This record gives sequence, C-alpha cells and structure tokens, in this order.
Amino acid sequence: MPATYTNPRYPFAPVRDAGARHKVVVVGGGLVGLTMALDLARRGQKVVLLDEDDTVSFGSRAICWAKRSLEIFGRLGLGEALLARGVTWNTGRVFFGDRQVYHFDLLPEAGHQYPAFINLQQYHLEEALVEACRATGLVDLRWHSRVAAVAPGPDGVALTVETPEGSYALHADWLLAADGARSFVRRALGLSFIGQEFRDRFLIADVVMRAGFPAERWFWFEPPFHPGGSVLLHRQADDVWRIDFQLGWDSDPEAERDPARVAARVRAMLGPEVEFALEWVSVYSFRCRRLERFRHGRILFLGDAAHQVSPFGARGGNAGVQDVDNLGWKLDAVLRGAAPDALLDSYDAERIAANDENILNSTRSTDFITPKNAAARAYRDAVLELAGRYAFARPLVNSGRLSRPAVLADSPLNTPDDAPWTGGLPPGAPAADAPVRSDGQPDWLLRHLGGDGFTLLLFGPPGDFPALAAGGPRPVFLTRTATPGALHDAEGLAAARYAAGPGAAILLRPDQHVAARWRHFDAAAVAHAQRCACGITITDTQRMAG
Amino acid sequence: MSRLNTEPNLDDPDGLFAALMDAHRDLDDAASRRLDARIILLLANHLGNTALVREAIAAARLGEA
Repeated sequence: MPATYTNPRYPFAPVRDAGARHKVVVVGGGLVGLTMALDLARRGQKVVLLDEDDTVSFGSRAICWAKRSLEIFGRLGLGEALLARGVTWNTGRVFFGDRQVYHFDLLPEAGHQYPAFINLQQYHLEEALVEACRATGLVDLRWHSRVAAVAPGPDGVALTVETPEGSYALHADWLLAADGARSFVRRALGLSFIGQEFRDRFLIADVVMRAGFPAERWFWFEPPFHPGGSVLLHRQADDVWRIDFQLGWDSDPEAERDPARVAARVRAMLGPEVEFALEWVSVYSFRCRRLERFRHGRILFLGDAAHQVSPFGARGGNAGVQDVDNLGWKLDAVLRGAAPDALLDSYDAERIAANDENILNSTRSTDFITPKNAAARAYRDAVLELAGRYAFARPLVNSGRLSRPAVLADSPLNTPDDAPWTGGLPPGAPAADAPVRSDGQPDWLLRHLGGDGFTLLLFGPPGDFPALAAGGPRPVFLTRTATPGALHDAEGLAAARYAAGPGAAILLRPDQHVAARWRHFDAAAVAHAQRCACGITITDTQRMAG
Repeated sequence: MSRLNTEPNLDDPDGLFAALMDAHRDLDDAASRRLDARIILLLANHLGNTALVREAIAAARLGEA
C-alpha cells in the first residue's frame, strides 16, 4: 500500500542502570504514555518510559482531537503546531439514505483559541510528542523494552524488562500503566473490566485522494452506496481520508480486509471517476468498559488500559489526554511533598466519573448505530424519517456524541459555592477560554491559567484586592479597561463566560478546572479551598505544622 | 410534578381507535412498527416530559400482565 507517512525507527540504547530505582516509570509509549511523560517532565520530574516497540503507531488510529485536548497540548507547548498541521472542523452532517437529515455546529460562538476539533493522524501526534519529550532532557525513552513481570509492593513496584540484550530489573516508586487495551500490567495484576462488548464489526479504510468533500464530519445511515449499514467520513492531513464502514456481526473480518474488496466499497461510495489509493485498512469490533478502579496503590492506569469506548464520539484518545491532565499535577504535587498521597485517590474518583460519562454516551450512540432488535431498529429509523421534516427529531439523531470535557461536579476536591450563583462555571467545570489583551497584544485567557500551579482569577484591578500571601495561588487580574498588571477583557467575554462581577474570585487548579468561586474575594476561604483541592485534610495540616 | 393520567380523558375514544386502525391499513409489520414509533416520538415531544413518558412505559408494561 502507498504511504504518505513513513514510521520513524527509534534505536535501542543499552541499559546501564539495571536494578536502579526510579521515581516514575511509564509503561507504554503510545499517545497517552508519551503525553504523560511530557506533562511530568515539563513539571521538572524525571520519567523513564518503556515501550515494547521502536516506533509510533502504525496506521492513523485516533484522528479527532477535541478542543479540550488541544488546550491541554497547548499547555504542553504543542497546540499551535498541531493546529497548523491538522484539519480544523467544527461542523458535521448526517444523512439518511440519500437525504441530509441533520447539520450541527459544535462551536457556535467565536472567541476561543482552538476549534471544536482538528483531525490529525495519531502517528503525527505521537512523533511530535517523542520530539517534545526528548527536548525536555528529562524523559528516558527506552524502546524495545517490554515489561515481562510486575511485582507491586508497599513503596513501589518491581519490574522485569526484556530487551534485545536480555532482561533487567528496575524499581518504580510510581508505575503509570498506559500500555493500551491489552495492557500487560492490567493482566499481570489480574484485573478485569466491567462493561459490555458490541456485536458489530466496522471496516476502517484510510484513503489517499483529492476529493471535493468539505472538512466536516459526514455520517450516513443506510446510504445507497452501502445498503443496510452506516458510513463515516473524516478528512485528515496530507489528503488522507478516513472512511469507516459498518459491516455487521455476520461479516468475515479476514475477507473484509482484502484490498480489492475494500477498494470496491470505496469506489461504490466515491463513483468511478475519483482516483484513490488505500493507505491503511483495519477491521474492528469494540467494547464500552472500564476497570473497577484506576488506582491500585503505587500503580495508576490511564488511557485504553483503564477504559475503552467505541470510536463514535472521539472519546477514546481524548479521554486519555484528559486522564494525563488530571494525573500530572497531582503526582507532581505528591512527589514534591506538597500534597498527601491521598490526592491520587481523587484521580480515581474524578476520572472514573468522567469515563463513565464517556461510556454512557458511547453506549447510547452504539445502540442507535447498531439497533439490537426489530423494535430498536424501528425507533432508530423513525427518528431518521422524522428528522428530515421536523426539527424536534434532530437532537434524537445519534451518530456519536462528540467528546466534551468532563465537568467534575461531584469531585471531593471541589469547594461548593457559598452563595447562589446564576450561570458561569460551577466548581469542577473546565475553565472557559476568552479573548483578552495582554500588554496591548491579543492573547487568550487559558494561556494564563493553571499549568504549574493554582491560579486565582480576580475580576478587577490589582489595587482592588489585598496582597496575596506567598505559597497561595498565582493571581491573574481581569479588567474591562486596559490596566497595568491585568489582562484586558476588552470584549467582556471572560466576565460573561464566568458570570463574574467586580470583586469576584475564581480558584483554578493546575489542570484548569474550577476548584471554587466567590462573589467577593476572601483570603481565608481561598487558602482553605486550595488545601481542599490538594487533598489536604485538617489532620495533614496539623501534622505538617508539627 | 405531573402524573400520568390513567382516568378516562379521550374526547372521542372510538374515533381515536379508528384513526389508529386506519393509519396502519396496508402497512406491513415493519412499516407499522416504524409508524407507531413516529407517532410515539411526535406525542412524546409534544408532552416534553421524559418522566411522564417513563411513567407511561411502566404503566404500559403493567397492562401486558
């Protein structure tokens, strides 16, 4: 098959520290493992990353990167490069037969740095992550290094690593398992998934062509060119297009991989006059499931190793990136002694709730795309028949509910509002972006929030607030008129999106989720909320003081 | 919170039944099923109250026994 991309090969480096003890070992050099290593390295932590292979992903795999992931990659220094390399899209269409029944816009308002989505092949993203990890000088990337044994202990994990030059032992204070859906670490611990498997098969064809389709998500139910099934079309970088054909459970996965058979399906869709070449073909079925717990002592699971969903909704890779965003600052705080070990339990609580939301959405989409019986099919078709004519039926059309950032509403790290607050962003919500001006230059609010520590967003000029104590959150002031030392909320969109009046204060965690908010700044309340968001209890405070 | 009304409430019971029968005349089983689904979805949207529809589902399942 022709290729627009050639996988880089990363060399094996002989190991000189057999038996050594490392603070953090990441297992799995895929999207999530690399992002995890980069996040920790940018916080100043040394990371050893073990990958059994010597390259990035084969085939395009995950391709849709949601706004929240782009914001996270923005914090990691990759956002603008990805935006330039990927295909931006905000809108999509759904067809039933040969008729359009639904059109949606995922980012209907202006004033955000990043679009609803970009499409970019996973290998491009992983290659950028490898380079970024190297540039930190803190990530020890070990290719051709397969974990062969995992022995958890009270203060860490003993590992056996197999390499082309034999096995060696190493010890990890913390082991981050990002080794994918078939996670060896998961199997070594004897952990099983809870959830369900779906009896359907899909064919992915990555096709190189110059086609006249717009950069939108197009989804067909029962199109004339693929009777009885659904088809999904996405544009990727380098004139590569993703076409996903529903095959049904009775299909023969081996026969369906035959390039001639795939080409015939593609030709039926595009018509005889469009020239194309197949770049990658894969037949898959899927599961919606997760581990019962993501934290097991000194071992934390993330990405596909912890949870899996169907691809409809782009909730796999994007969930993994949010796992990293949630875990990075917490593990860093624990490693620096700034937070108790118990803070990591909140990774479990927050990411399980978030991934349950993904699993629920993914399961519902799948039930719509793959009706389980005649009644389900009748309702599905009824919705599609009504949607062309009646607006009310369009929100019922479910070709995938696309990834949205989790609102950590029930997090133990939140401090509830102390007064009624209409609108804005409640505790647990991810921060909203807004256009601002910084020293007269156009800028984005999210660039100033979170990252290496807590941020306190203060609505008013610096002179309106008392000086903040050292060790507290970093203040960011927002004003409606240009003021030295403050971001200029020239359009008033920041104040509107946070529903914040003069004097209001919003405490943001390093991962840019709202920890607490007050109509009027109160230093003691802010300090208390920050301790709460770090998992510090009254007992911890007394012990630290003593 | 509104409750599902299961007391007689139809303005024209025989007319309603006849309208449903007429609607299904000449349809095969699959088409009938889709028609019923479309009617239910239209009425559910008119109600605008999922809790009430859930009550109707529960009441309908009782009716089967």
